[in-house]
Amino acid sequence: MSSPNSAYPDTPKENAKPKRHEWPLWEVFIRGQHGMSHRHVGSLHAPDEATAIRNARDVYTRRNEGVSIWVVEARHIAASSPSDKGPLFEPSESKVYRHPTFFDIPDDVGAM
Amino acid sequence: MPEPLFEFLCRMGDNTLVLGQRVSEWCGHAPVLEEDIALANTALDLIGQTQMWLGLAGEVEGKGRSADDLAMLRDVWDFRNVLLVEQPNGDFGQTLMRQFLFDAWHLAMLTGLKDSANPRVAEIAAKAVKEVAYHVERSSGTVIGLGDGTSESHARMQAALDLLWPYAGEMFVADTVDTAMAEAGISPDLADLRTAFDVHVQRVLGEATLTVPESDFAHKGGKTGFRHSEHLGHMLTQMQWLQRAYPGATW
Repeated sequence: MSSPNSAYPDTPKENAKPKRHEWPLWEVFIRGQHGMSHRHVGSLHAPDEATAIRNARDVYTRRNEGVSIWVVEARHIAASSPSDKGPLFEPSESKVYRHPTFFDIPDDVGAM
Repeated sequence: MPEPLFEFLCRMGDNTLVLGQRVSEWCGHAPVLEEDIALANTALDLIGQTQMWLGLAGEVEGKGRSADDLAMLRDVWDFRNVLLVEQPNGDFGQTLMRQFLFDAWHLAMLTGLKDSANPRVAEIAAKAVKEVAYHVERSSGTVIGLGDGTSESHARMQAALDLLWPYAGEMFVADTVDTAMAEAGISPDLADLRTAFDVHVQRVLGEATLTVPESDFAHKGGKTGFRHSEHLGHMLTQMQWLQRAYPGATW
């Protein structure tokens, strides 16, 4: 589970009582004007999905940043643990042949 | 009798100016950060609309007054906003109830003004209506959330509705200015807006489990400038403080 310094804060388990009367935390993803995918931009508090989207609109798109918003309650995000970094990621460091840099991609293919 | 188009434009601009100033009073004080930013956004939208309405009013008047001149150099008796928007913020629920009642009228009004015979008016309305469609989505969502919330929030929202409902009627009572605008095809007939407003408001307040007061008594005197409530003068002393203390100051 997540540690104090991980990207995602600890969130209460399904049936655990929240420590304070606070709205749940939501992670916000915005698809930008020219973006191909939604990117994580930050988080906010909201009592429900509809309000979370409205809050995201007001907090994260007021300077015309986006064309689409996703929100997901932070507790639904499963995160890898920093202590597993070695076994998870180090084995791929020495395998340059996995990068598709040895191919010429035809222009007709477009964005990949 | 004053030029009706100028009066009408001042009414539109003063409504958004006074409500924008009121809502901005929450900046840094709202119950949660997200609401603080949302309210500030709403206030800024309203001030932006004010610049367009009062800017056009100054042009129509033809005496060289700018939107800033009209906003900062007039006193209470020259303001033409409805009484609803100058009412104090009260608690958060009262602010949102005031916002919702105004937004519901504002959306119906701007939707009508998009088809105005005056192209400048239609242009401003087309820009503003998108902002206001969002304002009403947000305020109605919060009114429903708080009205159909805890017993505490429900009681506060019902109290806010009881307090503010008598101020809703003024937005629909037509006087000679409104009639002249409707006859010229510049603005919609206020009586026609009432139906859309009632359907909209009843639906939201029903979902919010709130009871609309029976009485249709309406406080009047704001948009004619005949008798503002005592709150507007106090608000202007803050809003206009800089120009009163340092006339003509710019930066």
